[in-house]
Amino acid sequence: MTPIAITMLVIALLTIWGGLALSLVNLSRHPEDEGQLPEDIAPEL
Amino acid sequence: MTTPSSVQGGNPVQERRETFSSRKLFILSAIGSAVGLGNIWRFPYIAYDNGGGAFLIPYLAALLSAGIPLLFLDYAIGHKFRGSAPLAYRRLHRGAEVLGWWQVLVCFIIAIYYAVIIAWAAMYTWFSVTKAWGDDAAGFLMGEFLQVADVPGVKLEYVPGIFWPLLVVWLVIIVIMVAGVRRGISRANGIFLPLLVVMFVLLVVQSLFLPGAIDGLNAFFTPNWEALGDPGVWAAAYGHIFFSLSVAFGIMVTYSSYLKRKTDLTGSGMVVAFANSGFEILAGIGVFAALGFMAQAAGSAIDEVATAGVGLAFIAFPTIVSEAPFGALMGVLFFGSLVFAGMTSLISILEVIVAAVQDKTGWGRVASAVSVCVPVALISIVLFPTVTGLYLLDTFDAFVNSFGILAGALVAVVLISWVFRKLPLLSKHLNRTSTVKMRRTWMVLVGVVAPLALAYMLYNEFVTKITEPYEGYPVEFLAIYGWGMAGALVVVAVILTLVPWSRKSKVDDPEYAAIAADEDEEKVS
Repeated sequence: MTPIAITMLVIALLTIWGGLALSLVNLSRHPEDEGQLPEDIAPEL
Repeated sequence: MTTPSSVQGGNPVQERRETFSSRKLFILSAIGSAVGLGNIWRFPYIAYDNGGGAFLIPYLAALLSAGIPLLFLDYAIGHKFRGSAPLAYRRLHRGAEVLGWWQVLVCFIIAIYYAVIIAWAAMYTWFSVTKAWGDDAAGFLMGEFLQVADVPGVKLEYVPGIFWPLLVVWLVIIVIMVAGVRRGISRANGIFLPLLVVMFVLLVVQSLFLPGAIDGLNAFFTPNWEALGDPGVWAAAYGHIFFSLSVAFGIMVTYSSYLKRKTDLTGSGMVVAFANSGFEILAGIGVFAALGFMAQAAGSAIDEVATAGVGLAFIAFPTIVSEAPFGALMGVLFFGSLVFAGMTSLISILEVIVAAVQDKTGWGRVASAVSVCVPVALISIVLFPTVTGLYLLDTFDAFVNSFGILAGALVAVVLISWVFRKLPLLSKHLNRTSTVKMRRTWMVLVGVVAPLALAYMLYNEFVTKITEPYEGYPVEFLAIYGWGMAGALVVVAVILTLVPWSRKSKVDDPEYAAIAADEDEEKVS
């Protein structure tokens, strides 16, 4: 691959997958309210 | 599953509103809805055709300035007013119910043709094993498989090779929809979405090992910076993000109405939005690696083989499957991915209609799901597995996207922002339980940036479609199934709004009244 194509590939992955990683970290820092947890989760999940 | 609750006063006994059993299942279902056929067959070509690597800039700008803000608008409406699109909009403002019905009808049109593409993809999963198309994928698609008539129109001349798989698709979908939010939608997404991701990652890995893959990636990622000066490229980015995230046609309003009261709306939404984009980037890599191989095998340039939509999925990919090592596996992975991506999106589209009927009539889940899905399936089965099905599908798709989704979204954001002036209320609701706060910037993005972008896109669509007949189809055909269909959606939406809410309906739901009173108290204290 050409250097410029590789650079754009890396930037795209960093911004978008990085954004996904950050939003997942943010969400995991704020777990669901314990009082709101379900009583019956579908068995296979 | 719903549990009956005893209700005070003279109201008839009502079932409690179903909820997703966990935030994770809501996020999975919302991603399943957002990741659809467009991510796989539309995004790669749009990005390539609008600046390659440079497209990332307008794409990210559109995602952050319009896509995510509109997604949160839907979440806020659905979650605050806890209803299907018509009910949630009605609770937002009495005059807004019609917006909800318009969105429901858009979903009806999309559902009847979307299922057909899933049926084609299911058949092509099998054809990948037999390489049924031989050396001529285009000829096979239009001739032997679809048996497309020479002239656009509506003929009830059936093609059994599409009729039967379409029937099976509908049967599976009906079972899922009847089972409800927890037993049907959550479970289907919990199974289909991970399957889709695994299959698609395998497909991408396989594509990357094909000879010529690097040329494809070079073509996809090499930036054409001049494209950034072209307003058309920015419009393409906003248009793509808008359709990709499934915003403004009721889906996210409906799904978020099934969330529990204390849920991190914006935090969850960020995951959904970035997961959707992450999948698109992956699709771009996989599709262009495969197209690079196809170009090398044919001794042509990438721009000669690059395409989108039906042409990419049902002509280019079969050609690649025939020529690539382990092509059958590649075909099963690709078409299987289309089936699963399509199923999870179709489920969400139908849920908009089922929820609306359930709220307006007060019927139970099974009665509502059956009375919606069976007629929708029948209309789909009558109109599309025919020799003219492709023309109708193409026309419905083009016109419902422009004059159903886009026009509906523009009217909705303008009314909500400037006429009903509900953005401060919705912003407060988003910030009540969410980690990523949405304040003045969000209101400016929803109230100013989004309407401007939507108006520009709608104007372009209008000019393009009015200047010359779409795809050169006969004017009378377009007048009925294009313009006529889009206009009829508004008329029928008004009629459905005028139908009185049943006494058993959810319009005066005590469960909602209690929640609303609770929230008011919170505000006072």
